[in-house]
Amino acid sequence: MSTMLETRTEASAMRRAMLRVKDGFSLRHLLAAGQWAVTLLICAFLIVPVVMSILAGLTVNYFRGVSSGLTLQWLEQVWTQYHDSVFLSLEIAAATLIITLIIGVPAGYVLARSKTRASRIVEELLVLPIALPGLASALALLVLYGGITAFRTSAAFIVVGHVVFTLPFMVRAVAAVAASTDLRTLEEGAASLGATFWQRFTTIVVPNVRPGIVAGALAVLTLSIGEFNLTWMLHTPDTKTLPVGLADTYASLRIEVGSAYTIVFFIMTMPLLVAMQWLGVDATGQRGLGNKPRRQRKTPSAS
Amino acid sequence: MKLAPVPITLTHCAKTFRGTRVLEPLDLAIGAGETLVLLGPSGCGKTTTLRIVAGLETPDVGGQVRFGDDDVTRLPIERRQVGMVFQSYALFPNLTVRGNIGYGLKINKTEVAVARQRVDELLAMMRLDAHADKPVDQLSGGQRQRVALARALALQPRVLLLDEPLTALDARLRDTLRSEMNTLLRGLGVTTIYVTHDQAEAMELGDRIVVMSAGRIEQIGTPRDIYFRPANRTVAQFVGTINRLAGQWRDGAFETTGGSIVLDRGIRATQAPELFFRPEDAHLADPASAQLRGTIEAVSFLGERTRLTIGGAAPDALFIDVAGRVELARGTAVGISIAPEGLIALA
Amino acid sequence: MHDITFPLRWRIALIAPALAVFAAFWLLPMGMLVQVSADGHAFDTYRALLANGRYMRSLGATVVLSAAVTLATLALSVISGLLLARREFFGKRTLLALLTFPLAFPGVVVGFMVIMLAGRQGLIGALSLRLTGDKWVFAYSMTGLFFGYLYFSIPRVIVTVMASATKLDRSLEEAARSLGASPWQIMRDIVLPALSPGLIAAGAVCFATAMGAFGTAFTLATDIDVLPMTIYTEFTLNANMVTAAGLTIVLGVVTWLVLAVARNVTGSAVAATA
Repeated sequence: MSTMLETRTEASAMRRAMLRVKDGFSLRHLLAAGQWAVTLLICAFLIVPVVMSILAGLTVNYFRGVSSGLTLQWLEQVWTQYHDSVFLSLEIAAATLIITLIIGVPAGYVLARSKTRASRIVEELLVLPIALPGLASALALLVLYGGITAFRTSAAFIVVGHVVFTLPFMVRAVAAVAASTDLRTLEEGAASLGATFWQRFTTIVVPNVRPGIVAGALAVLTLSIGEFNLTWMLHTPDTKTLPVGLADTYASLRIEVGSAYTIVFFIMTMPLLVAMQWLGVDATGQRGLGNKPRRQRKTPSAS
Repeated sequence: MKLAPVPITLTHCAKTFRGTRVLEPLDLAIGAGETLVLLGPSGCGKTTTLRIVAGLETPDVGGQVRFGDDDVTRLPIERRQVGMVFQSYALFPNLTVRGNIGYGLKINKTEVAVARQRVDELLAMMRLDAHADKPVDQLSGGQRQRVALARALALQPRVLLLDEPLTALDARLRDTLRSEMNTLLRGLGVTTIYVTHDQAEAMELGDRIVVMSAGRIEQIGTPRDIYFRPANRTVAQFVGTINRLAGQWRDGAFETTGGSIVLDRGIRATQAPELFFRPEDAHLADPASAQLRGTIEAVSFLGERTRLTIGGAAPDALFIDVAGRVELARGTAVGISIAPEGLIALA
Repeated sequence: MHDITFPLRWRIALIAPALAVFAAFWLLPMGMLVQVSADGHAFDTYRALLANGRYMRSLGATVVLSAAVTLATLALSVISGLLLARREFFGKRTLLALLTFPLAFPGVVVGFMVIMLAGRQGLIGALSLRLTGDKWVFAYSMTGLFFGYLYFSIPRVIVTVMASATKLDRSLEEAARSLGASPWQIMRDIVLPALSPGLIAAGAVCFATAMGAFGTAFTLATDIDVLPMTIYTEFTLNANMVTAAGLTIVLGVVTWLVLAVARNVTGSAVAATA
């Protein structure tokens, strides 16, 4: 009698153990499958519309789909109507880059090498234009300088907005590199060999923060070309940039034209984005100064 | 352009960082052409002292640094004409080996031909010819160290400052480079200050050693002075291994747990009830006739010698070295005799 | 240590240009904006603003939307980010590149993407028509905006989650497993607490970006009731500078508060980009 009970208890215990093992095994697999499903769904969510819009820009008739034939007419139409905007965006981006290089590289160096309270306050301040909504910066500029017509209606007005918005990215990128290499010891070494401050800055500091400068430059260019929130408020009919033109076409024109214009945007930003991926540039503005040391070799990464 | 080596004088140099005194006022006189080693554990102030001589730190008010007759206290490092080798070498990654070595010459607007010749000389001296045009991150640790040295020497400085130049290398390389460094420094004849925490380096390279601890100078002397005649416990315990006998002086002998040591002329009883000696100055002897008796507690085979830990001979464990081939078991009763000149009494 | 190689006058000289530009083109204008918004009597103006039902509804809707987007993004990013950080598989680099490609899209383009998916001729509409007979069109409403915000938030947050996930110490999880913990327990007790500083920081940025986003809403429809749109309408259509300025300040303050709280909690500097 007792042996039968024992055997049964044993058997059920074994069964429970096996179930547990089986559950554990399949549960983990189920979870992994779930993760994969979510990941692939997100990928589809992000990429499918991009592919669709590229196709739409190249199709004769969107409603009929690819079967209606491929054409470049929309691209041609967009180019005739909007090439001014494209060139303006490029000019503004270039101007923004030059200005941020001149003022941002030294500033990044100072912030990386100064650990004082004053430098921390300056850091906080410089970040504000990207912490607060772009709308605010735009309105503020209009309020103060809107009255100066010559300035207001020129492209310089937009450049100014872009500079204020992209400066923190350049400063951060340079500061991150300046903080991680043992720059101070290198400078002491150069000083021991007789180099003055300016000689040290030009022959030692700048060459050694080059990765930061490149990263910053890429970020500045990409952000400037794509900047909308500020630019929409600041633009005039004569100073329409690419994103502003995009908004126009989305609102008023055929979906094929809007798509074609989007293709132009992709063409312009793709090389920059790929370069940024390759160098591991942080375009989200989420990393503070000197947080993670950057990898020196070119490893493709999505960090 | 060759400058005669200068004597260096530090007078009343102290240093305070954010309210903490890291260096007590010190006076130091270094002879022209001498190699002075600053030896001590981390945080003792040796690097701070070096940086004061370099011009990377200024001493607190009242301190003075002189190179020969020139008061350089207010002079920034760019104008002091010192050659400095940093612990991390501080090689410029954006320049090649040749570019690094020639940097000082370029900054000082030396004529291109003259500069090139000087760089070639140094490359030959440091055996770096094959690597002249490589970027510095392709070099090994030992090679980088030589580049750093060459760069510092390129301008024929009147003072050479080395901040733990061998610390970043692995032990085997360090030994080889230490003797090379020794030959080099003696050949150059330039006034050199060498900072290290490694006593082997200090004793091999220094004409004199300054032992420092907690911002103070504990003792200045030749390597033999420091080793055989330490001024106090800190120095005795930092340099080499030291054994301590605690006990009491009585009637011209020192009594401790394991026996007594008759004192010979040359050792005077001091206030402190302790006596010191180094492992190599003691040998095993017949327990019946030895000065101290104890038992072996541990045996450590170190290759060329065996270190025995002996208990019971004194309140503290004693370390005695015997030849490597000698094998003894734990628990063996032994006797210790100490050579009379090896006994050290400290105030 | 007092840094002799970088004297103070040089520090000031090198940072002065950046500060000058910043002061002239952001600080001063912002000051002006605050002044304009006060319209002479700061207290009364703001009180009226905060008491106005329409504006507060707009603010409320924006906060709710931003919060919803943040939570959804964090959840999805954790699920996906952990997988991506830990598994190696064929085509991983391409997948990562694809996922982070939309990072630099401006709001307008994101809006267009949403239209592609859920607009009148959108993919989802076409699919739903075939599957259920009902055409789902939700691009031009809050739902569309939600998906739009999701579109630009996910790449950013996933990147942060991945970065945090790679720093996790696997041996802690293995120890928990050896003690019998289930996957859920491990997630709850070990993984999420370790990820939380990064998640809070990323979440704050996500929230702040959503609060201030303009381009997406603008593309989808000008009558979606979120605060940036309201501000825009007040400014351009009603030429109501004072109100626009006041609402902008309110929006800015709320955004900054969220970021400041997140920074205090995690101790790192965060900033939003829209």
